[in-house]
Amino acid sequence: MICDIILSMQAIKFENVAFQYNGNEETEAVSVLNDFSIEIEEGEFVAVLGANGSGKSTFAKLVNGLLEPKAGKISVLGMDISDKKNLFEIRKNVGMVFQNPDNQQIASIVEDDVAFGPENIGCEREEIGRRIDYALHVTDTEQFRHSQVSRLSGGQKQRVAIAGALALKPKIMIFDESTSMLDPKGRREIMAVAKSLNKENGMTVINITHYMDEAVEADKIVIISGGKALKVGTPEEIFSDREFLQKVGLELPRPTIIAERLKSLGLPLNGLILTKEALDDSLCKLLQKT
Amino acid sequence: MLKDVTFGQYYPTSSFVHKMDPRSKLLILIAYIVAVFLASSFIDLGVVFVFLCLAVIFSAVPPLMVLKSIRAIIFLIAFTFILNVFFYTKKEGDTVLFWVVTVEGILNATFLSCRLILLVTGCSILTLTTTPVSLTDGIESLLKPLNLVKFPVHELALIMSIALRFIPTLANETDRIISAQKARGADFESGNIIRRIKAIIPILIPLLVSAFRRADELGDAMDARCYSGSKTRTKYKKLKYGFRDLIGVLSVAALITAVAML
Amino acid sequence: MQIVAKDLTFVYNAKTKFSKTALDKISLTIDEGDFFGIIGHTGSGKSTFIQHLNGILRASSGYLTVGDFDLSPSAKKDKKRLKELRAKVGMVFQYPEYQLFEETVYKDVAFGYKNFFPKATEDEVKSAVINAVAAVGLDSSVLNKSPFDLSGGQKRRVAIAGVIVSKPEVLVLDEPVAGLDPVGKRELMNLLHSLHKNVCKTIVIVSHDMDEVAQNCNKIAVFSEGKIVMTGTPKEIFSKVDELLALRLDAPLTALLAADLKKVGADIDTDFTTDDFTKKVAGLYHKNNA
Repeated sequence: MICDIILSMQAIKFENVAFQYNGNEETEAVSVLNDFSIEIEEGEFVAVLGANGSGKSTFAKLVNGLLEPKAGKISVLGMDISDKKNLFEIRKNVGMVFQNPDNQQIASIVEDDVAFGPENIGCEREEIGRRIDYALHVTDTEQFRHSQVSRLSGGQKQRVAIAGALALKPKIMIFDESTSMLDPKGRREIMAVAKSLNKENGMTVINITHYMDEAVEADKIVIISGGKALKVGTPEEIFSDREFLQKVGLELPRPTIIAERLKSLGLPLNGLILTKEALDDSLCKLLQKT
Repeated sequence: MLKDVTFGQYYPTSSFVHKMDPRSKLLILIAYIVAVFLASSFIDLGVVFVFLCLAVIFSAVPPLMVLKSIRAIIFLIAFTFILNVFFYTKKEGDTVLFWVVTVEGILNATFLSCRLILLVTGCSILTLTTTPVSLTDGIESLLKPLNLVKFPVHELALIMSIALRFIPTLANETDRIISAQKARGADFESGNIIRRIKAIIPILIPLLVSAFRRADELGDAMDARCYSGSKTRTKYKKLKYGFRDLIGVLSVAALITAVAML
Repeated sequence: MQIVAKDLTFVYNAKTKFSKTALDKISLTIDEGDFFGIIGHTGSGKSTFIQHLNGILRASSGYLTVGDFDLSPSAKKDKKRLKELRAKVGMVFQYPEYQLFEETVYKDVAFGYKNFFPKATEDEVKSAVINAVAAVGLDSSVLNKSPFDLSGGQKRRVAIAGVIVSKPEVLVLDEPVAGLDPVGKRELMNLLHSLHKNVCKTIVIVSHDMDEVAQNCNKIAVFSEGKIVMTGTPKEIFSKVDELLALRLDAPLTALLAADLKKVGADIDTDFTTDDFTKKVAGLYHKNNA
């Protein structure tokens, strides 16, 4: 039993969490999350979807204690976040990459910036060096080690930001709309790194995003709307309920939109088609000249 | 594009002086400044000048780049010169040229101007051969003893390093805001002073708002990476003294001795 | 107004060691009435090019005329006419919400109008502001609010209103939908079409979303490393999927599907919009199975 608990430890657990921004004389208090509950297992690749202002980023910031909940219980890797003693340990284990590539680096030179995290937790010099090597290797940014941060492209800066988080050897990585300010090439680079962190390094990855094609690649999708985790499911489950998606201000992935349109025009396409590859295969089979 | 202009005036090349430890360069500069002030005759200044020339040669910076630093303070030099010529307190036996102007006065003014030029060019060799980043490291390391009297050395160094990091970003952003407001018909070039100052508001406010937003996000990013400003913090980059530093310190010691003796 | 560029070249920091050729002999015609798309990687010169259209940047060599304004480097610079030009060629930069600065939406939108028409009466300003705010689909109740209290999507609309307030004939937008959620994106593209119909005769958008360009533009220019490598209708451009991919650019999903269908012998003659593509595919399928 005890073994079981250790093996299948939950990465993140929110129980009836509420959060609001305090008002002052001029503004009212704004409730962002209420009665928010969710469980994420270790090793999962989870996409979090929701319209702007639905509370997605608040969720991310609650996970590593950048914000404090007003009610409810949050535990990360089995540690209770309300216990201040755990905060440092939790932050070490939860890496975060934010939206704006320009606002995450502290130092002017890439390697100095990646060193920032290990320096904060008091690593020895040699250990910091090893961690920089590792982080730059995983994010494929070794060639920028001595470059100036301000001269990198958006995608490169975000990869350096990932490296900065990885240098703390976290078990969970949260991408908070990290691809939204990038061009398609930058987006692909970041998604490739995120996937390899999950598949090859066994990390729990949470990708908060607006892009449905990114969500399709997740093991599990969480839909946040009106301050609640409204629905959790596999991509198939989530994207089969079109009305629900519309209600929460989301869309179907593009391949699905085209597939659905073709179905309504009488093409016998079976099941829910979510990816370009699936649509491509089905169409080629249907239209192949024999 | 502002961001393509290197901040400060660092001249990127590899040389003896470039490879020196920033701390010893700072210390040598301080000693050099002392020597300039100790200098009491033109011969002394000549010795200092020789030292400066050696520094320029070993820094591999084109002499013209060094001279450029004088351009910035040319008015100050001229002002000092004129002031000293006209307000020179005449002594017995001075040769009067006309009105209050004396030969000794002119010599004295020349001496002071030379001193000023030597000071500025000396400082410029430091900034030409040291990146702002390593200069910050050097200052932090040298100020470390002040920790004992609770002076926030680490915080100061962090502020300097973040400022350096964000200069290109904010310069770039300023560029963009200026273009955007120009596109909305804003005119920054005509009108009197008051109109021009008023015209800055559409740039300043967005820039401030954005700087606060960036500060906020950077704060989160630092917190998320376990920053707590604690004493247990370690440092990855250690500055190391080498043989170049020894040579540098020895030669500046020789300079001070020479100036003091002559 | 027709925009004609011929051999337009622009060099950043000319005569210094940081000099960089950002535009290399660009030749391009944008006709009145076009909904023109400019695509390419970050740093391909797209943003540099559009800043020439209202005289923010001046070319180093070549020719450029916008309507009857001659912006060639050889032409005489005329400050007064430059202002006239900027009133007629509106430009919305990336993340335009970051240029708002006034206390109220009304004042911010009025800023451009007052700059362009300093002699306008308060009534004229008022009616222009009200029209502009209505044209971007905002309720007049926002007029007295601080722009900083609005949501992200609303801020962007206010910023666009601040540009179209002078009723420009040409509206240029750099990545207009960047950072918005799916619904926000769709609504903003709809807004651009309504502006195209009611306010600005010509619209030029810079984008890296190929699907968006295929869906909305009637003409496209592809930038790569400071040069124009392709120009034409979406149909012409996106039927050359291989060339786009060779430039490490994306292609719209419809074009990728069509290219793969072609390989199995199903040739589809489409303009690559979702509507047309699905109709043609369904048509071909039903013909084959008749």
